[in-house]
Amino acid sequence: MDVLNPYGGNPKGYLSTPGPDRNGEHMMGTTIMAVEFKGGVVIGADSRTSTGSYVANRVSDKLSKVHERIYCLRSGSAADTQAVADMVAYYLDMHSVEIDSPPLVKTAANLFKMITYNNKDRLLASIICAGWDEKNGGQVYSIPLGGSLVRQPFAIGGSGSTYIFGHCDAEYKKGMDQKQCEAFVSKAIAHAMSRDGSSGGVIRLAIITKDGVERKYIPGDKLPFMKDE
Amino acid sequence: RRKPAMDLLLAASEQAKVNPRTQTTSPIVTGASVLAITYKDGVMMMADTLASYGSMARYKSVQRVEKVNDGTVLGASGEFSDFQYIKDLLEDLTDEEFDMDDGCQMLPQQIHSYLSRVMYNRRSKVNPLYNQLVVAGYDSKKSESYLGAVDMYGSTFKDDIVATGYGMYLALPLLRKGHDKKMDESAARKLLEKCMTVLFYRDCRTINKYNIAKVTASGVEISKPYSLPTQWGYKRFVNPHLTE
Repeated sequence: MDVLNPYGGNPKGYLSTPGPDRNGEHMMGTTIMAVEFKGGVVIGADSRTSTGSYVANRVSDKLSKVHERIYCLRSGSAADTQAVADMVAYYLDMHSVEIDSPPLVKTAANLFKMITYNNKDRLLASIICAGWDEKNGGQVYSIPLGGSLVRQPFAIGGSGSTYIFGHCDAEYKKGMDQKQCEAFVSKAIAHAMSRDGSSGGVIRLAIITKDGVERKYIPGDKLPFMKDE
Repeated sequence: RRKPAMDLLLAASEQAKVNPRTQTTSPIVTGASVLAITYKDGVMMMADTLASYGSMARYKSVQRVEKVNDGTVLGASGEFSDFQYIKDLLEDLTDEEFDMDDGCQMLPQQIHSYLSRVMYNRRSKVNPLYNQLVVAGYDSKKSESYLGAVDMYGSTFKDDIVATGYGMYLALPLLRKGHDKKMDESAARKLLEKCMTVLFYRDCRTINKYNIAKVTASGVEISKPYSLPTQWGYKRFVNPHLTE
């Protein structure tokens, strides 16, 4: 079995059939979101991992730490994104020792890009990388399927995001503070979970600032808006 | 992952290119599981109120458990438009009976038999009604419950416990364990509710809003939509990374 090489490797990949063969694989149809604010970022995700229409895990944690103040939000193949996040965490760890300081969020995002871009024929990974560093404060980077890298003031991803593009575009305001960002993220994810069959469970939030990471948990029966369905 | 029966339908889609009239379409707007059990006073049936559009939870206040007459209810999963068509067929039947005005009312087993013929005939024309139907009722004259199912191929059976969709895999074992023909109404309701909660946790195509119907000697009663409590507070749910 070919080892996943961040620099690419055999362009044909291990499989001779064109495109990935994903039957029966755990997918994270999902809703993920990250918003930048003055002191850091607020990130959030649902907690459903599905195999087809079966909920394999109703309380998954899609907020993965790649470094102290850099997290990634994973959507796509559960296996692929876990593997990629583990690799990025490994490289960031080496890198931070080499430069003798915490890594930049931009570096983490570029590592994600390097891996997903060079292995684009073998991976189904769509990732949002967000965090705080001293040089540039809070940052949100999107690394979608093909391996492009885009910085955004806020980013949404996963299958559930399609239902909230309008909502987020309407509700987003520049210069929101932490509390407003938390409300923005949890309301948007709740709306997406309400309509997307592949998203559900609980909302996990994390607020990343210079002071560290604060995790929050909104159980499935206490979602922000629950108009009469 | 093709099921053997799918080959029949796939061959049909090849046929469809020649004669579109015989095309078999795949379901578009679908309902998920329906569960039903017999109990001391009659039968109880439960289903959620969602009609999905692929993976989208599109229509969230839909009724998938409907009264047919004073002694029978029909629940359906699968293609919602086909369920509406079947309801129209049954309404035609009951209207005809009403016009006859002879005091007779169709028994649940007669409705079950009629539906099984309809489903089998459609399947034989390779243009199925994409549903799994649950027929539940109470024969007041004989004081007997009736519960049966028909699927899109026309397979028919009667049982004290019936489930469709994911319910067959997740709920049937729980229903079989907890069921007792002599259980009272609240025990029957609790059992169905427990199973619907499991389905809400584990089936992507469900929502936490349900109708429950009961058919007894006093007739048909279908509840207003309601929700059930759910559990999300376990320690390891809140933090899956605990090590002790």
